[in-house]
Amino acid sequence: MTIRQLISRLSLDVLAEGASYDAPLRGCYIGDLLSRVISRSVQGGLWITIMNNLNVAAVAVLADIPCVLLAEGVEAPDELREKCAEEGVFLLGSGRSAYELAAAFAQSQS
Amino acid sequence: MPDAIRMTFNVDGDDFAAAGTASSEVKRALKQLGMPPELVKRAAICMYEGEINMVIHADGGVASVAIRPGSVEIELRDRGPGIPDLELAMQEGYSTASEQARNLGFGAGMGLPNMKRYADELKIDTKIGVGTTVTMVLRDRTR
Repeated sequence: MTIRQLISRLSLDVLAEGASYDAPLRGCYIGDLLSRVISRSVQGGLWITIMNNLNVAAVAVLADIPCVLLAEGVEAPDELREKCAEEGVFLLGSGRSAYELAAAFAQSQS
Repeated sequence: MPDAIRMTFNVDGDDFAAAGTASSEVKRALKQLGMPPELVKRAAICMYEGEINMVIHADGGVASVAIRPGSVEIELRDRGPGIPDLELAMQEGYSTASEQARNLGFGAGMGLPNMKRYADELKIDTKIGVGTTVTMVLRDRTR
């Protein structure tokens, strides 16, 4: 599934635009502890989190994550939106829980 | 063999938001130099963990990186409090990070374990009240 398809199928808000809407997502990881995310996340995959500080952008870049999805209606501070846009990382948002989002992602892939 | 390409960064201690800046720059440089993606990924993780440790535990420090064909050496030198029990610090899940750091997603207790897992060599010199120097060597495993 591409990032464009993810946004439309899960009705997500685009908080910052990344490098390419047509990039395929290769998997998904849910987590808020940054050291776990950086070592366990899926390269080229989707990262679902409720963390919304600037370090989220740094971790996404270092772990080759093209798309971050903020769950549970967590707000994105302007500085995070700007940093993600600058680094070419998509920042998406939804009011749904991480579980609901991951389940919807998995279902709409098949 | 060409001499090493060296990069040095002063890591700011009180700036949680900027943490990861040096790691991002090192990652970019390694990519541009055409280092293998597998090595770039491991070096990015090791450098990030080291940088974060200096920010949250040691009020900053100096990170020096030497890039050679087929290897990356990272040295992180701080004048922080030192690590009282290294064996305990190496355990996954053990952390002495502050409440403030934990609220930002740090303090998973995975910093040193991640460095150990992803570096080919890890050396830690630490002295209470003096500081800590962490040296990591990562080699191209595809060579």
